[in-house]
Amino acid sequence: MRKRRDPIKDTAREVRVFRSRSLLAALLVLLMAGGLGARLFYLQVVEHDVFTTRSEKNRVRVEPLPPTRGLIYDRQGQLVAENRPTYNLTIVRERVKDIDATLDRLVDILGLDETQVEAFRKRSRQRQRPYQPALLMSGLNERQIARLAVNRYRLPGVEVEAQWLRHYPNPKIMSHVLGYVGRINEQELASLDSGNYAGTHYIGKTGIEKQYENALHGQAGLRKVETNARGRVLRELERTPPEPGKDLTLTIDTRLQQMAYDLLDGRRGSIVAIQPQTGDILAMVSAPGFNSNEFVTGISYKDYQSLQENLDLPLFNRAVRGQYPIGSTIKPFEALAALQNGVVTPQEVIYDPGYYKLPNDSRHYRNWLRWGHGRVDLERALAVSNNTYFYTMAHRLGIDALSNFMYKFGFGEVTSLDVQGASSGTVPSREWKREKYGQVWYPGETLSAGIGQGYWMVTPLQLATAEATLANRGDWVRPHLAKRVGETSIEPPFKNTKPDVTLDKEVWWDDVFNGMEKVVSGREGTARHIGKGLKYDMAGKSGTAQVFSLGQNQKYDADELKERLRDHALFTAFAPVDDPQIAIAVIVENAGGGSSHAAGLARALADEWLLPDDENTHQAEELIKEDVEVEGT
Amino acid sequence: MKGLEWRHFSRSPSDGMGRKRSLWSRLHLDPWLLLLLLSLMGAGLVVLYSASGMSLAVTLGQTSRFGVALLAMFVIAQFSPGTLCRWTPLGYFIGVAMLVAVEVMGDMGMGAQRWLEIPGIIRFQPSELMKLAVPMMVATYLYKRPLPPSMRDLLVCALIIGMPVMLIMRQPDLGTSLLVACAAVFVIFLAGLSWRVIGLLAVLLASALPLLWFNMHEYQRQRVLTFLNPESDPLGAGWNIIQSKTAIGSGGVFGKGWGLGTQSQLEFLPERHTDFIGAVLGEEWGLIGMLVFLALYVLIVGRGLFLANTAQDTYGRLVGGSIVLTFFIYVFVNMGMVSGILPVVGVPLPLVSFGGTSSVTLLIGFGILMSVHTHRRLLPR
Repeated sequence: MRKRRDPIKDTAREVRVFRSRSLLAALLVLLMAGGLGARLFYLQVVEHDVFTTRSEKNRVRVEPLPPTRGLIYDRQGQLVAENRPTYNLTIVRERVKDIDATLDRLVDILGLDETQVEAFRKRSRQRQRPYQPALLMSGLNERQIARLAVNRYRLPGVEVEAQWLRHYPNPKIMSHVLGYVGRINEQELASLDSGNYAGTHYIGKTGIEKQYENALHGQAGLRKVETNARGRVLRELERTPPEPGKDLTLTIDTRLQQMAYDLLDGRRGSIVAIQPQTGDILAMVSAPGFNSNEFVTGISYKDYQSLQENLDLPLFNRAVRGQYPIGSTIKPFEALAALQNGVVTPQEVIYDPGYYKLPNDSRHYRNWLRWGHGRVDLERALAVSNNTYFYTMAHRLGIDALSNFMYKFGFGEVTSLDVQGASSGTVPSREWKREKYGQVWYPGETLSAGIGQGYWMVTPLQLATAEATLANRGDWVRPHLAKRVGETSIEPPFKNTKPDVTLDKEVWWDDVFNGMEKVVSGREGTARHIGKGLKYDMAGKSGTAQVFSLGQNQKYDADELKERLRDHALFTAFAPVDDPQIAIAVIVENAGGGSSHAAGLARALADEWLLPDDENTHQAEELIKEDVEVEGT
Repeated sequence: MKGLEWRHFSRSPSDGMGRKRSLWSRLHLDPWLLLLLLSLMGAGLVVLYSASGMSLAVTLGQTSRFGVALLAMFVIAQFSPGTLCRWTPLGYFIGVAMLVAVEVMGDMGMGAQRWLEIPGIIRFQPSELMKLAVPMMVATYLYKRPLPPSMRDLLVCALIIGMPVMLIMRQPDLGTSLLVACAAVFVIFLAGLSWRVIGLLAVLLASALPLLWFNMHEYQRQRVLTFLNPESDPLGAGWNIIQSKTAIGSGGVFGKGWGLGTQSQLEFLPERHTDFIGAVLGEEWGLIGMLVFLALYVLIVGRGLFLANTAQDTYGRLVGGSIVLTFFIYVFVNMGMVSGILPVVGVPLPLVSFGGTSSVTLLIGFGILMSVHTHRRLLPR
């Protein structure tokens, strides 16, 4: 069974074999150790730099330091856009193992309701730069912060960060001027300088906030921090402080703005007031406004929907985008055009039988006063807003001469310096009509254009700008909203952006101004009811913008029309005539005639601006309330 | 040659009988090996203190484990190789039985299971025991046989090895099972396995690799794939390799300094005080530190191989040689892993990584080696 073996022979051979095998093994060990050594040499000497860089990239994180947004003041130094501290919930997705579980936990802790949860989840899916905190919720209350703090250990990657949030103290009246900031959306993210906006959540979406975004935002800083593998910051290595956004001072006077908004008293409409010498926009109101603060924190879809569907269009900036027929407020400009083109003299008298007829045409172009004003010269034509006189002027001028003159006052283009989204309106001409409709211009259309109806489209801002230029006797100023950006003043000269309007005879300005003064203070003036107790000279012109055209012999009856089909009331004015301090354009939608409804508003605003508090008797407000029925357009 | 050897072996016992044996010999310890081991362990504790994030608790815990392990080494060294040889089969079969128990408990729905536990009293990893028991069992079987081993003997050995290795592989613990097999194969190699058979086995193994691949668990395959291309999953499975290479590479020649390794201290390096402690060493002590440790390991292996060669009988030689070579395999696999030339397998850096069980096993192995070296007697008939 058992094999016999030869121990001596066996042992010797076994020892020999073992010795050679272990020697071989020792050689192998040395070889392998040498291999390891070579590998280590490769890693630690040859590739040392590569791995040093990698290790630094691991350890050092660059964090953006967002700048604080510049504040916005009105011209009196009153704060109209400020930053308030708020607490935001952010999440770094790369540090979260199970995003769904974390979100569920957060929903639990914060006590969110269904719609909030939905918004919350939607936001958590938004694309973000890796390792950047993504905003989940802003405006945490103290209770929520406390609950998060207690549960922090269960929520890696979730942070509460303090942040400044934009706040507008007077949102309704300033909403269209300032616009608002909102969360940066993906589209904006793609076009932004990602370095400068790395830590910024908000961006100006409309209005001044958008226009001066670069200045208001400032320059982001950064800090290099050492972090551990879980992203926890251990210490700061280096810091470049952010450069805060520049403060902005507006040309707007909040008190005047507030008053203009109040004067509109819930009606749809717009008021723009400009300081003629400087082009400063003193007030620019579009009513109704909206609460811009809601857009900062993120307006709910429902609320946004209701704002959008509101028939009064609160989101629509009427002051710069609303386009209205210029109506009879064209007449002072048209008078200047006629004088400058030599088709009339100030003294020429035209007989008004109550209508105007083109040669070889039976159609009657009616004056607003059926029986006519009789003998009318330039001054009286403006004061009573005589249509026949201006039908004649338009016919004599021709549409192109009229249009060319109107361009000089900034109609048909955007002239403002820093107003977002301004429309250029429409100045009708033969060429314009051919391009737009492919049709020829009819002589009758010239007559409509002559009283500011038909194709005319102007914005309240354009009207006020033209009025300011008129008040300046043709000196062009560019309307603007910002007075100072940081330390830099935005003052004229930007005069030369458009040539001044010059007339052959300087006195023609006075002739037109006289007519406009009579509108307010004359015995026959269409707005004579607001002239009562006027403590300065005011030049004005009323206007009515037809919402839809009347047939040949239809009699206009505001009461029978549905409210929204009623004409828009227009009034333009500047004062004092000798030394104009304010030029105003008022448009009240569907209010009927301009003299009855819009004029009082202009007077009240001028009183507010021109008279010291103790001298302002607020007579105009009383006049508005009386709602005097005055004839005229 | 032959005569020399004979003289050497025949003279040894008379040395023990004739002269007063040295203190070390009476203690059954080899001073040089002991010195090398203590240097390694001491230096390892220094690295561990930093790798554990300056944790005194971890370092002291490791120190006390080292104490236990040294004690175990000392105790084992007192047994003669003959005694060890006699007890080997019992140890082996108990080990296999425990592996079966682990397997059964795993089947009973406890998931992956490597531990046997009597709660509150002892927690024991049977595969750890098998690291020694399997090569010893193979040696026990082979030393009585004519060497080089015959085909029949090899088949028996394959059975002895295969049973526990398959059980460990099913735990699943591929790394340990391969190391256990490796230790046993070293025994056969040292016993003089013919080169023809080695060549044949190499071919067989190469052709079995695909089979191994298909028997792997998903995470094991993932590890291999990640090893082949770590950048494919830099935040997941590739993270370990990338961070480890980064740590070592950024250490440079002189290292970042003790406790100053950013990769290690800021926890970019995973398992920094266990399997990846080598990367901490490389980062903080640089190439110089790495080479010093590598040199210590090579010296230990060299001294170990020398001691095995001085053994009086085949059993002692085979077991001793296998223990030393396996020790080096641990070193190579771990250092290869942290430096990114081998896939990530859970093998600690011997006597440096934090962990009690492996230190005890390793030092017991060195205890056996010392026993082999110090127990001198007349050759058995």
